[in-house]
Amino acid sequence: MSLEILNTLILSLLVVVAVLSLWVRDLVVSAVIFAVYSFLMCLLWAEMGAVDVAFTEATVGAGASTVVLIATVFNIKRKAKD
Amino acid sequence: MKRLALILVLLIGLLLAWAAQDFPRWGDPKSPASSSSVSSHFIANTGVDTEVPNMVTAVLADYRGFDTMLETVVVFIAGIAVFSILKGGPKQRTRDREFVVGFEPDLIVTNTVRLIVPVIQIFALYVLAHGHVSPGGGFQGGVAMGASFILVALAWDLKTALLRFSIDRCFMVAALGIVIYAGIGFLSMFLGGEFLDYAHLATVLPVSQEMARYHAMLGVEVGVGFTVTAIIFALYASLSSDGRMRDGL
Repeated sequence: MSLEILNTLILSLLVVVAVLSLWVRDLVVSAVIFAVYSFLMCLLWAEMGAVDVAFTEATVGAGASTVVLIATVFNIKRKAKD
Repeated sequence: MKRLALILVLLIGLLLAWAAQDFPRWGDPKSPASSSSVSSHFIANTGVDTEVPNMVTAVLADYRGFDTMLETVVVFIAGIAVFSILKGGPKQRTRDREFVVGFEPDLIVTNTVRLIVPVIQIFALYVLAHGHVSPGGGFQGGVAMGASFILVALAWDLKTALLRFSIDRCFMVAALGIVIYAGIGFLSMFLGGEFLDYAHLATVLPVSQEMARYHAMLGVEVGVGFTVTAIIFALYASLSSDGRMRDGL
């Protein structure tokens, strides 16, 4: 039962974070929120028992891809136009 | 236009949510993924065939070794592609940045990084070496190792990190990783088996066929780790400096 509550919490947070990362104008903020999204996915994988996938999500999704995204944002215009 | 896109997205979302009802329940033994003959073979025989406790690694590095090898090649090609596309850009910065980062390395940041980088690297090696016993493996360990170099580049500057791991060496190490992986494959071929059929390595290693597969898996994971480490850092170096390999962020 408590697992289902946790799952529901993570899944609803995922939707909020996904919408938020598209909503914000500042691309650096967007990249950081995207890292939060990856971290929530990592929690979800770990909770479902797919620890290998969770590990990859934590290192690649929340770690490396955020750094690469931010490194890219610094070389382009930082604010989205629309 | 924007409203139309929103309606489309919502419609597709509803469609996906509706389709998700057909999914089997979580952990259902009768779900197609668990009940197919291939997965039941893996579940029943991994321990007997390879003596590897972590079934995921056994499937990844042994049963589906081709897939993982070419995945590593894809990572390598992606790194080369980013590097060569950005390399042809303008030699000087064409416009001012909107966001300027302080020039001097910060004392607190650099000292924290000094403390934390060895821990990250040892953890990465642990993840790599224990990939077939516990969760982890070449990809995760490689990314953690590459991240430690990125951390150096973030705390000081790109030049400092490139002094330790230059871009030429990056691609050499990345290629070496693939050579290790394919080399183990070819070695098992020359010893009478098929490509990536590690059991035949038992003729040169003083162990049983099962343990030969166990150790060969560690070998290919090391290869994957080499490639991923180098490419993650090369990606960062290319993207953060716009391909110029100077100043960085």
